Amino acid sequence: MQLEPRLQTPLWMTVAAPVAAVVIVLLLCGGLIAWAGAPLVDSYIALFKGAFGSKFALAETLVRATPLILTGLAAAVAFRAKLWNIGGEGQLYMGALATTYFGTGLVVLPAPLMIPFLFVVGAIAGGLLLLVPALLKTKLKVDEVVTTLLLNFVILLLTNYLLFGPWKDPLAMGWPQGAPVVDSGILPNLIAKTRLHGGLIFSLIAAVCIWLVMSKTKWGLEIRAVGLNQDAATFAGIPINKTIIRTALISGGLAACAGVTEVAGTKEYLTLDISPGFGYTGIAVAMLAGLNPLGVILAALFIAGIYNGADSMSRAMDVSNYIADVITAASLLMVMLAVMLTRMRIRFG
Amino acid sequence: MDFLDMFLNIGFWAATVRMATPLIFGTLGELICERAGVLNLGIEGIMTTGAMVAWMWVYQGGDLWTAVFVAAAFGMLFGYLHSIFSVYMGLSQHVTGIGITLLSTSLSYYSFRMLLPGVTTPPKIEPFEAWPVPLLSDIPVVGEAFFNQSPLTYCAFILVGVVAYVLYRTPMGLAVRMVGENPLAVEGQGIDVYKVRTAAVMVGSAFMAVGGAFLTISVFDAFYFDMVNGRGWICVALVIFASWRPGKALLGAVLFAAFDAIQIRVQQASSTFIPYQFYLMMPYLFSILALIIMSRKAAYPKALLVPFRRGQR
Repeated sequence: MQLEPRLQTPLWMTVAAPVAAVVIVLLLCGGLIAWAGAPLVDSYIALFKGAFGSKFALAETLVRATPLILTGLAAAVAFRAKLWNIGGEGQLYMGALATTYFGTGLVVLPAPLMIPFLFVVGAIAGGLLLLVPALLKTKLKVDEVVTTLLLNFVILLLTNYLLFGPWKDPLAMGWPQGAPVVDSGILPNLIAKTRLHGGLIFSLIAAVCIWLVMSKTKWGLEIRAVGLNQDAATFAGIPINKTIIRTALISGGLAACAGVTEVAGTKEYLTLDISPGFGYTGIAVAMLAGLNPLGVILAALFIAGIYNGADSMSRAMDVSNYIADVITAASLLMVMLAVMLTRMRIRFG
Repeated sequence: MDFLDMFLNIGFWAATVRMATPLIFGTLGELICERAGVLNLGIEGIMTTGAMVAWMWVYQGGDLWTAVFVAAAFGMLFGYLHSIFSVYMGLSQHVTGIGITLLSTSLSYYSFRMLLPGVTTPPKIEPFEAWPVPLLSDIPVVGEAFFNQSPLTYCAFILVGVVAYVLYRTPMGLAVRMVGENPLAVEGQGIDVYKVRTAAVMVGSAFMAVGGAFLTISVFDAFYFDMVNGRGWICVALVIFASWRPGKALLGAVLFAAFDAIQIRVQQASSTFIPYQFYLMMPYLFSILALIIMSRKAAYPKALLVPFRRGQR
């Protein structure tokens, strides 16, 4: 078996490959749904309705897509530079911790200042968390995959300590949750009677900004060059370490903003389960989008739809909602494969 | 808290050996994969799968030893899947590894929920009993600490020697090490690089799954979600700490388990002065510290992370 590069990739293939991959995944996962004894077509209809079938369902999907866009962007930016930031989950919690520290009474500003302030302190906290592995990578050649992964556990334990200890809200009937964010820090509601909040606007703006930075600026070019070929980048006079540090600050900051949108938007206070693995799912979002910042929006919508749809399907059909995690993981692998096959062809023998 | 007392305590050493066992399996498994040039970040999920299927096998009435082999078979299955993406297709080993972890974890959770719907408290099984080695377990202190363990623990220690022997003393081991250093040279010898790498990833993944199985059918008697809890990632760190050598991997795993055992004992002995979450952070922080100390000297297998494409240089 041999792989050889295609001389050119037709446009239809670039578009069809990810779609075909997702269709294959849904067919394969149909086997799991059939195993659960649920009717296949009805189940997928229930999933689709739960994801996009009503104004309420659509709003919930957008609420879920908001942090996924941000963690997806975080992974997309870092992976472009081949900085393997698998610590999105920890950085998200850093953003959530910063929001709780500054946003629950320590600083009170009018809303037009308070909300940007929370995003800034959150992003700084997340950026600083990823700065540690990035510095260890550039100065001491310590592998960033393992350090970012391990820091996730450290930050979750820190959150656990704070919520069971000094930050526990005495008015929360004994639940381990933080004090509510002050009124001026709450992200405004976008559609009445839904949970949809201004975090969505922020994440869409972030996606466009990152797209502009990555495709139109010197910074973006440097980040991509470092990811493609470090030797060539060095030869071209691009400061490798500086670029990696810069990428780390942007990536960590983006993931942390997802923590801000969850604490100041969706929940309005910090809990231990503020993120059901948004940091890890962000990696799947980024790969589904082919690391394209605008594609991240679509990929996040799709994944968010799968999760919300699976929740309502599990209620209607008795299929465990872990099916959403299976679909996400399988899509990640299958889309990578499909995208590669648009660039390479397999020759047997 | 008297440290001397703790080190003379049989329970401390027995716990160290017990806690080292899953780490030894996982670290050896990761070491074999990386020696063949493939970073296997599927480890965390493969351990979870091993823990789930072994437990489920026993819960459904299966035999404990068969459960170990069932876990190993599932490990190999996911190892094979990993190698299709990372070895044959040459995709990013980082991302495919995370993908395999997400996939194997979610499939395990989904299957657990589907096979046991509506279970709130995790049901229990009858796990491996301690198996005292004849004669050796009669040695005072040492015997009780080291030779009165689960049979899987003995397997882990024996496996270290077997892996070291195979890697350094057999043609097969040479082939594995060479595909991790210079795959083109191996190709020149008429050996199929793809097959050697795939075999190494499958065997390594089987070890990881058995490490996970040890958790559910030896230490504990039930399967909990999130029970692997970063042990897989710690194994990845331990491989670097061990400079990709089986003997040092054993040393690293035991040292790490000893720190863990100390941490638990200090935590129990001390008053509420330091919150328990900070003790629980220790294993992760130790791993990072170990990486920092060892990274200067780290001599990665030269072809690690480099996909091999036949007919291309």
